[in-house]
Amino acid sequence: MQGLVQKALGGHIRSIARIITMVESESPYTEEIMKLIYPHTGNAHIIGITGSPGAGKSTLTDKLIDNFKQQGKNVGVIAVDPSSPFTGGAILADRIRMQRHSVDPNVYIRSMGTRGSLGGLAKSTYEAAMILDACGKDVIFIETVGVGQSEIDIVKIADSVCLILVPGMGDDIQIMKAGIMEIADVFVVNKADRDGFERVVAEVRIMLDLVKHGNWTPPVLTTVAEKAKGLPELTQSLMDHGKFLSESREGLDKKLKRITIEVEEILQREIARFTERTWKENCTPELLDSLLAKKTDPYTVAGKILEMVFVNN
Amino acid sequence: MAEDKIRVVVAKPGLDGHDRGAKVIARALRDSGMEVIYTGLRQTPEQIVETAIQEDADAIGISILSGAHEYYFSKVIDLLKEKEASDIIVFGGGVIPEDDVPHLLEIGAGAIFGPGTPTTSCSEWLKNAVKEKRAMETR
Repeated sequence: MQGLVQKALGGHIRSIARIITMVESESPYTEEIMKLIYPHTGNAHIIGITGSPGAGKSTLTDKLIDNFKQQGKNVGVIAVDPSSPFTGGAILADRIRMQRHSVDPNVYIRSMGTRGSLGGLAKSTYEAAMILDACGKDVIFIETVGVGQSEIDIVKIADSVCLILVPGMGDDIQIMKAGIMEIADVFVVNKADRDGFERVVAEVRIMLDLVKHGNWTPPVLTTVAEKAKGLPELTQSLMDHGKFLSESREGLDKKLKRITIEVEEILQREIARFTERTWKENCTPELLDSLLAKKTDPYTVAGKILEMVFVNN
Repeated sequence: MAEDKIRVVVAKPGLDGHDRGAKVIARALRDSGMEVIYTGLRQTPEQIVETAIQEDADAIGISILSGAHEYYFSKVIDLLKEKEASDIIVFGGGVIPEDDVPHLLEIGAGAIFGPGTPTTSCSEWLKNAVKEKRAMETR
């Protein structure tokens, strides 16, 4: 495994792709891979691109790749699309818009299916981003699935979150709602050649005036992604935010919070694994019968299982 | 729980713009539980091969209606060899004359599915082919 990870760290594309697959499919090597990767992470600027389906996330990402490449950056992209809840299959098609970059050695694009995850990302998107970071990408774009109001997992893993809005998606009350509107570091009103875009801009600005934020006030930008309009300004804003984080207390806090979440998630996963195993070993038909007959209750049963988990491990 | 999901790139090389077949097969593979990376129209062999490598795909499905199947299949297969990635399965479909099929298989295509093939035979074939490929690998 060490050999494969070393090759990946050296920038060998196939090895990078392979270790992402191993982590994504929860191979037994995952822990070993991530332990080898971790010391090399922390150099990339991770940018989340989120917004509703059809808002222009992929097209905008495609144009952002150009702009960051011009700055001499080595770019990674993780594009997430939904998996079927019925078959587990998926059509991963975000990269259609980015295919012209596919032969560029300084651009790596990876598609991921959500595989049951509901927060707008795939289960292993964070690990994939860490791998790309360690393997020498300067900027990593994470394109979420098309989101609604509350799929905000991106805020946990991105340094900068860019929310793409479009005209015609409802009134100002939508913009006042909690959830996705609260997590953006940069607002983009895309398709700004269509009627009503000024109103969206104004409404977001008013909303921002009313909420308290720290030392970074999220800018509200307009773009026409298809024509690459407004892209230099957006690129600059994202770079400014990256700089702000690297120089401020907010940036350090964000990192500390992310590390805490990471340890918590590993703990939860491991405890869940032990608990599930103990439950499966002890879930007898007799026990289920006594639950059905109300001779015992789920809380008592769960309590006993938990006791076993902690005593046995 | 470890999953071993099949990942397949479905690509449409060349200049003809008829992607209905590619979409039907992409959808069918999706419905059989695979992750289908759909590249869209007018892909060069280089783009297709790079995509398959970056996506760590098990297979590449090529849809061709233009008559240029000989060129595209051999180019994709050669590029995979060049990139030390010839373990990636190449298969395809479209309007390909039966007389041309044996040669495509000879140069390394895994299977060619002509018009009228039930989509399930394609996904069943691919499932088995990937299973065999993975059994050979020391992952």
